[in-house]
Amino acid sequence: MNAPRLIDALLAVASRDLLTALRHRADLLTTLIFFAIVASLFPLGVGSETALLRLMGPGVVWVAALLASMLALARLFAGDYADGTLEQLALSPHPLTMLVLAKIAAHWLASGLPLVIIAPLLGLQFDLNADAQLVLLASLLLGTPTLSLIGAVGAALTLGVRGGGALLSLLVLPLYVPVLIFGAGAVEATASGLGATAHLSLLGALLLVALVFAPWATAVSVRIAVE
Amino acid sequence: MLAIKQLECVRGERRLFANLSFEAAPHTLLEVRGPNGSGKTSLLRNLCGLLPPAAGTISWRGNDIHTDADDYRSHLTYLGHLSGVKDELTATENLRLSASSGGLPADADAIDAALHKLGIRDFRHLPCKALSQGQRRRVALARLCLSATRELWILDEPFTALDVAALAVIKELVESHLDRGGIVVLTTHQEVAIEARMTRRVDLGQ
Repeated sequence: MNAPRLIDALLAVASRDLLTALRHRADLLTTLIFFAIVASLFPLGVGSETALLRLMGPGVVWVAALLASMLALARLFAGDYADGTLEQLALSPHPLTMLVLAKIAAHWLASGLPLVIIAPLLGLQFDLNADAQLVLLASLLLGTPTLSLIGAVGAALTLGVRGGGALLSLLVLPLYVPVLIFGAGAVEATASGLGATAHLSLLGALLLVALVFAPWATAVSVRIAVE
Repeated sequence: MLAIKQLECVRGERRLFANLSFEAAPHTLLEVRGPNGSGKTSLLRNLCGLLPPAAGTISWRGNDIHTDADDYRSHLTYLGHLSGVKDELTATENLRLSASSGGLPADADAIDAALHKLGIRDFRHLPCKALSQGQRRRVALARLCLSATRELWILDEPFTALDVAALAVIKELVESHLDRGGIVVLTTHQEVAIEARMTRRVDLGQ
């Protein structure tokens, strides 16, 4: 008999979450529609001055993406915690850090990637040119996984806490600030002719750091939660 | 094999039990008894390593279970009050995905046989939210059929919500596991006569 392989376990964890998400499409749509609405409120609120919109565009799209990805965070572990799946994951002989990473990856695929994909559409509202759109896409592609990773730590820490949703925002939003600064900064830098390489490199660095520390911290928090 | 020494459990401000010591060799059925709130579930969670004990040690083959926890978990199957069954997924998907994320064999034939054994094969393509409480419990228990290689089974109230037929199946699974040299720790409020070469009772809350 073959020994259980880690890769099978990781695929199982990810596909369970993706299947569950696919059969709960309303949740996914909520996140996307929230993103679209928040980003669209700004042009309605501040008026249609093209120069102003072009200036605010990247920042607004980024803030909306950040809020939308936080909205989805509560779902990352709450369901598994309530139905006992998380407990079983904690008892798996495979390293929990890796299993948690698979969950975060699935969560990003289901709720982060769709945001990245519709972002250029929202960028159009702010009259961003092709270069700026491309950089916006790249910065979101590098930045949203970092948001999911950082958010996972918060989501695991607030498991089983009453009013966990509000606490989660307070915990996670300050940690999102660097990602926001470099993400929105990348697009502004291109628009002003400076080039986005520096900002994108820093976003990449943030992603790598989060990739190393967040799954580990999340796994520790999950173990505390299932006590 | 499994040895508990001077175990103490404190939940909140209350001490549930203290100075609990026992051992379980292969072929042993360990029945944990006690009234509600006496700490049965906490003891079982201590034994799985989910809940670190307030004092005392739990060792498996002479090693403390927290020193090489990943290895210990590869000898262990735990079924708690929570089923770990996802409403959105079908019985087959639930069993396959939970088995392979838990490091258990999950080939299609074994899954099918397990579902057949628990009498839920006819409903295997329905999402679990369409199943009754007892049927969902059966989906969770089907994992035992795949856990033959795990020496230690820790079962928290495995007989709740089951009908007579399912109860007999679980009883048979537990007995055959004991027969091949496994150790089973379980709590129950029902009188189920399980045949074992060695039966020990741990009474909590006197």
